[in-house]
Amino acid sequence: MNYNVDEKGYYGEFGGAFIPEMLYPNVENLRQQYLIIMAEPSFKKEFDQLLKDYVGRPSPLYFAKRLSEKYNTKVYLKREDLNHTGAHKVNNTIGQILMAKRLGKTRIIAETGAGQHGVATATVCALMGMECIVYMGEIDIARQAPNVARMKMLGAEVRPALSGSRTLKDATNEAIRDWINNPVDTHYIIGSAIGPHPYPDMVTRFQSIISEEIKWQLKEKEGKENPDFVVACIGGGSNAAGTFYHFLHEKEVGIIAVEAAGKGVDSGESAATSVLGKMGIIHGCKTLLMQTIDGQITEPYSISAGLDYPGVGPMHAHLFKTGRAEFIAVTDDEAMQAGMVLSKLEGIIPAIESSHAFAILETRKFKPEDVVVINLSGRGDKDLDTYIKYFKL
Amino acid sequence: MNRIHQKLQADNKILSIYFTAGYPSLNDTVKIIQDLEKNGVDMIEIGLPFSDPLADGPTIQASSTQALKNGMTTSLLFQQLKDIRESVSIPLILMGYFNPVLQYGVEDFCRKCQEIGIDGLILPDLPLDVYQENYEAIFNKYGLVNVFLITPQTSDDRIDQIDAASDGFIYMVSSASVTGSQDGFGNNQETYFQRIADMKLKNPQVVGFGISNSETFQQATKQAKGAIIGSAFIKFLTQNGVDKIGDFVKGIRK
Ligand SMILES: Cc1ncc(COP(=O)(O)O)c(C=O)c1O
Repeated sequence: MNYNVDEKGYYGEFGGAFIPEMLYPNVENLRQQYLIIMAEPSFKKEFDQLLKDYVGRPSPLYFAKRLSEKYNTKVYLKREDLNHTGAHKVNNTIGQILMAKRLGKTRIIAETGAGQHGVATATVCALMGMECIVYMGEIDIARQAPNVARMKMLGAEVRPALSGSRTLKDATNEAIRDWINNPVDTHYIIGSAIGPHPYPDMVTRFQSIISEEIKWQLKEKEGKENPDFVVACIGGGSNAAGTFYHFLHEKEVGIIAVEAAGKGVDSGESAATSVLGKMGIIHGCKTLLMQTIDGQITEPYSISAGLDYPGVGPMHAHLFKTGRAEFIAVTDDEAMQAGMVLSKLEGIIPAIESSHAFAILETRKFKPEDVVVINLSGRGDKDLDTYIKYFKL
Repeated sequence: MNRIHQKLQADNKILSIYFTAGYPSLNDTVKIIQDLEKNGVDMIEIGLPFSDPLADGPTIQASSTQALKNGMTTSLLFQQLKDIRESVSIPLILMGYFNPVLQYGVEDFCRKCQEIGIDGLILPDLPLDVYQENYEAIFNKYGLVNVFLITPQTSDDRIDQIDAASDGFIYMVSSASVTGSQDGFGNNQETYFQRIADMKLKNPQVVGFGISNSETFQQATKQAKGAIIGSAFIKFLTQNGVDKIGDFVKGIRK
């Protein structure tokens, strides 16, 4: 079984490029160029250098002793929270801004939900002196004020998405419309492993540095490259794609994807796409998505803005369908408690997205000798307000 | 021969109107179609509303959102249109996004269209290669014309490919934009219209996006076979309701 993208842009039956003709020239140009550009020695050199000196990579692989004792298994944390800007998102934006430059683009657009990808995009645009416009749902702008301020300070213009539910899905629609209106000078930096081919594959390759490092780091610490399990939370699926990438074809490695169940999978307020979704088309790709029987895309819900997306990247839809990955849905409450446990036991306050990944330690039993690597995709600074309200701190 | 072919052979300066089904009110669909025909419109695009219309500007977005709120569904639209051919004879095209069609079942959708007397489909996010590989045979089986879009950015090679794959007309998007984004055509459009006219395509072209009044209609149809008006008509319905449709058409034809 192949879990990577095929030459037509599909992962099994998922993926493709379902885009209006207006986007065809840009997406097709990107499709033809992205692998060639990524293989150029000068690209690789610049990418590696920036990841090292600017982002602070490699991010540590940390053996979480007290957490391991509590759950009676060997837990390692991949510390993407220590990256510049506080999450894995910057791995992708560094790659895409270098790509945009080589494609001759001068104007950058992006969508953002919680604001993490928006901040990571605004950051690299400041770094490269490029114009940056970030679309963000009006509701998210109100609930993520610190990240809005960060983007502004970094020189980006934050444009409110006023249509639909005024959250991430609508911000993505607005970014796509902007790209239709500005086809010549603009590159769209998509923030997750979603969108039309080649985006899911390109984003996955930029994020795959996560699993590349896990391999040699684990070799140093455990004497073997492959853990027994890799675990990551899934919004659109970029941190998960990066965490899983180099283990997809290593049969002995169990892959666990953690979705946001919100208030419960059957509550009507959830973002557990693998359970609630059906094959359909969203933002240019065929994948699992939450929709009505009539094919109207529905509103997801999660306490974490970064997991609040009605679809899942096509690679993950394929991993789910083929049974290669185990999907677990975690509720708001379970995630919040797990965030508290990590804070108290290890002195690390995680992003609420990442807290979802840790919550499975309560319910999913591992053997004492199992090596479980959990991707700590981001830090919790941006979520302090939510933690404060939830725990009445 | 399908009604679209007949119409495009017979006439020039084809006036085609787009509206969103279920807007302004859920049950306006049939009345709008009948009134448009009565007032001399040549062809109609009936919009099947979608929650996430990527290629549309604020006007059509808002009408789609309202139509869905009003309760419009694919089955209901088919129900409303069931007897439409008893009173209407101009070409009728369904326009929408691919996901609702996929969920209905592409073949079931096409069969239903044929039963009703729909002549063609415009599904902007169904790409050429996917159509040819998976759906062309089904569209043909049910006598449906599939209409592709081209834009000022579309390369000549790609236009030739699209022309070869089309059998009806080519939807010429007037500028790099979503629907409803501009008023008036400039030099860029003139050059583009000329470039396409010079290509001598086998399919006639109908211009859409940014046509809002009689001037832009005249400009667009100087070279092209016809033009499609969407956002401007929706705005008119928002302001005037469905009782004065004749005024709108007269304003364009004057
Ligand atoms: C810290 C963090 N983790 C995870 C996600 C979810 O995105 P993805 O599934 O693309 O990794 C986000 C998105 O904003 C995030 O900020």
